[in-house]
Amino acid sequence: MVLHTVNKSPFSHCLLEQCLQVIGDKHALLLLEDGVYAALTSSPAAARLLQCHSERALAVYALAPDLRARGLLERGLLACVEAVSYADFVRLAGEYDSVQSWF
Amino acid sequence: MIFSLAIYGAPYSSQASDSAYRFATAALAGGHSIYRLFFYADGVHNATRLAAPPQDENNLPRAWRQLIEAHAIDSVVCIASALRRGIINGEEAERYGCDADNLAGGFEVSGLGQLLDAAVRCDRLITFGD
Amino acid sequence: MSAKAKKILVVSSHAPYGKSTARESLDAVLAASAYEQDLQLLFVGDGVFQLLKQQDTSATGAKNLAATLPVLPLYDINDIYVHQQSLDQRQLTAADLVLEVKCLDSRQVAALMDRQEIILSF
Repeated sequence: MVLHTVNKSPFSHCLLEQCLQVIGDKHALLLLEDGVYAALTSSPAAARLLQCHSERALAVYALAPDLRARGLLERGLLACVEAVSYADFVRLAGEYDSVQSWF
Repeated sequence: MIFSLAIYGAPYSSQASDSAYRFATAALAGGHSIYRLFFYADGVHNATRLAAPPQDENNLPRAWRQLIEAHAIDSVVCIASALRRGIINGEEAERYGCDADNLAGGFEVSGLGQLLDAAVRCDRLITFGD
Repeated sequence: MSAKAKKILVVSSHAPYGKSTARESLDAVLAASAYEQDLQLLFVGDGVFQLLKQQDTSATGAKNLAATLPVLPLYDINDIYVHQQSLDQRQLTAADLVLEVKCLDSRQVAALMDRQEIILSF
């Protein structure tokens, strides 16, 4: 079980798409830094994230401090995205066997 | 849980080292330990003791130093990355005939093998890429 | 390989030259080879461009990555994988690459990651 992190915006990078290509069942995704723009309902990755969440039970997290810094916390975010703290990031890193960072 | 962190981003250039710092702080606050911080590529710029950012800005190199000292964290700067980028300790400065050194206290320069050692001896290795 | 060898996967996902990350991943792999761990290497995304034949950096000043990659088997690094879909998207085949690699589909990449204790991401 792998926790994947993505730190680039899906509006200008295909990193998230690449991550979702290889992400396995029971893996999870944590969006951080500019990666949190993927949590917007307008995100080019929105449909794919919702699909992975509903069909494969993919857990999708986004770092709340990064959402807040970018003015996104009160915006329309995808229902499948759970905002988390750094303490949660640490906990998730421990819960999964390893961490793959896409940057 | 024992963590090792690999940090590739320079402060003030990308958010990577800031994220790594916050992760490290949260891990320690949560009762976990950090086996090693490994600063690689542009990440070596976190180890300068000469950064002088404006007063109202976060001084990340200083924050790292304080965290490293407070928790006695093993902190390694990749020597090949550092020498290429002009991050240098007294010993290496002398060897290469440089007229100054700038490596902050608390950081050690060593080889890439220390990244692998960090991976082998921790429970989880987290990469903070830029 | 020692009995306590740890399963470590190096994931290399950047194209060569534009950024130093690809070079740094190779340096890390070569350094890691001395530690007798269970080391595996995966090229994915633009990382597959590192393996392309006929790279010539003589007019750019960069070190030619494709000239160094073939030494990996000499360092006992034989588990070298490439993500097939990344090749397909770039209209490349295994014949375009400087190294003999094992091609994995997306499910196999996920399974490869699942087998690891540590992932070093580049």
